Amino acid sequence: MIEQPTMVKICGILEESPGVKTFFFKLNLNFEPGQFVMVWIPLLDEKPFTVSYIQDDLLGISVLKKGGFTNALHSKKIGDTLGIRGPYGRGFSLKSDFNSCVVGGGIGMASLATLVDRLNLAVEEHLGNVTIIQGARTAAEIVYQNRFRDMKLCTEDGTAGIKGTTVDLLRDLLEKQRFRKVYACGPERMLYKVVELCKGRGIECEVSLERYIKCGFGVCGQCDCSGQRVCIDGPVFNREELSRMEDFGKIIITKTGERIIH
Amino acid sequence: MSKINLSVNLCGIQLTNPTILASGILGTTKALLKRVAENGAGAVTIKSISVEPREGHKNPTVITFEAGMLNAVGYSNPGVDAAAREFTNLQDVGVPVIASVIGTQKEDFVRVVEGLSVQKFSAIEIPLSCPHTPGFGLLAGQGTPQATFDITSAVRKTTKLPVFVKLSPNIPEICTIAKAAEDAGADAITAVNSMGPGMIINIEAQKPILSFKVGGVTGDALRPIAVRCVYDLYKAVKIPIIGVGGISTGRHAIEMMMAGASAIGIGTGVYFRGIDVFVKVCEEIRLWMQENGFGTIKSIVGAAHD
Repeated sequence: MIEQPTMVKICGILEESPGVKTFFFKLNLNFEPGQFVMVWIPLLDEKPFTVSYIQDDLLGISVLKKGGFTNALHSKKIGDTLGIRGPYGRGFSLKSDFNSCVVGGGIGMASLATLVDRLNLAVEEHLGNVTIIQGARTAAEIVYQNRFRDMKLCTEDGTAGIKGTTVDLLRDLLEKQRFRKVYACGPERMLYKVVELCKGRGIECEVSLERYIKCGFGVCGQCDCSGQRVCIDGPVFNREELSRMEDFGKIIITKTGERIIH
Repeated sequence: MSKINLSVNLCGIQLTNPTILASGILGTTKALLKRVAENGAGAVTIKSISVEPREGHKNPTVITFEAGMLNAVGYSNPGVDAAAREFTNLQDVGVPVIASVIGTQKEDFVRVVEGLSVQKFSAIEIPLSCPHTPGFGLLAGQGTPQATFDITSAVRKTTKLPVFVKLSPNIPEICTIAKAAEDAGADAITAVNSMGPGMIINIEAQKPILSFKVGGVTGDALRPIAVRCVYDLYKAVKIPIIGVGGISTGRHAIEMMMAGASAIGIGTGVYFRGIDVFVKVCEEIRLWMQENGFGTIKSIVGAAHD
């Protein structure tokens, strides 16, 4: 674990979609799918991101442009530097020897990407199967299309895949196919519905939550979700844990620390 | 085998053990307080509350180093009204809950104490000693004997609950300030707040890491200073002292109590030993007491004095 930000040089940039860029850098990091790193731009801010590519010591983070910090990240060029500390948190517990379904909503797909890589290794050994569902608002926002073939797609406007949500797609799929485990990341309302679907059918389920993160290592209390610290107890939680977390799908915490309706 | 009793009576508040969650760590929600209580804390302190909501400083706000932690969170908190809604039915937490109250002037302290009075807090703590938030603590001149006296008096008149005054280790005349607090009616001294501020620079970025550039130093680096402060305070004031600063093991806790602390706060220790640091420290205290022939916490308090 890297305690203080280590400065890394951006060595590659890949445009995943009009709003998403992946920044590649070299760093020896013992990263497990579902964990996160804190990315620091000196004098600006520091935010949590998942690592979405791991090829030996070449790592990538996929960044959706959505605010001041991510705008600043998107303006970075090859050769510019970023501070990285981590990895933090508890990732997915991989069960690769049976059929699983991975459900990504929007940029949530980035948290699932290295998980899919791991699961695919098992697929090559004929140990199990992976079905990927990706949902977005519109076709242009779909990411990793060349990286993961045979994804089942859905969009809100119907420009790619079926017109509907990942939850609709998953529900249909569960009628036809048997999965032992569902992994999901995306908007919390979507995650809530995915968990409900799995609960009703007795399917194991793990989802990755998002909260405003400060310290990243479980001391500041900013990322609480019903007594669970998303940064260290999570960000990945399973169905049973989530059933004891009343705030899941309902309450978030603002930057001031106030718990408000999601 | 002699029977070991870890219980402590702190200003009339009965604690099952002397460990207290220090303010600023994990005290953001009632659910987290309950979790800390389940992990063995004898009492818990909420994250400091001001009149108005505050977002605090930008990230990075907390960073660790070999000997502790550096933080400049900047008192992010939802403000007194939201806090009064969050910390309801505090008996659910299972242990006494201490309200940490901050303000830029004494009237603010009074307003927050009044606002929180609708909930069942067991004590009020007023940190007059934050080293890294403009408008508060040291940066607002609250660390002088006169300001300490004035703010403590105002809070004293507003509440019947025990009032703890949290002091900075930075100030050489810490005993004078503690006496001012005692004279104003404080029931206990919490010693100490984070020291410094300190700075950590990333030499590749050639910039300080914290967004506020400087932050309060806690953890191992602070402990010898905190122990010395408590040792001096024990001789200077009659009211009990809550010793805080770098405690993460039972031995640290015993050392602090021997210096004169009646109870001890744990904050940064949560990082070094996990959220169950409280139960670990209690077990280590118990074992040490057993091996060394101490039956009560009271018999340890002040033992290092001549």
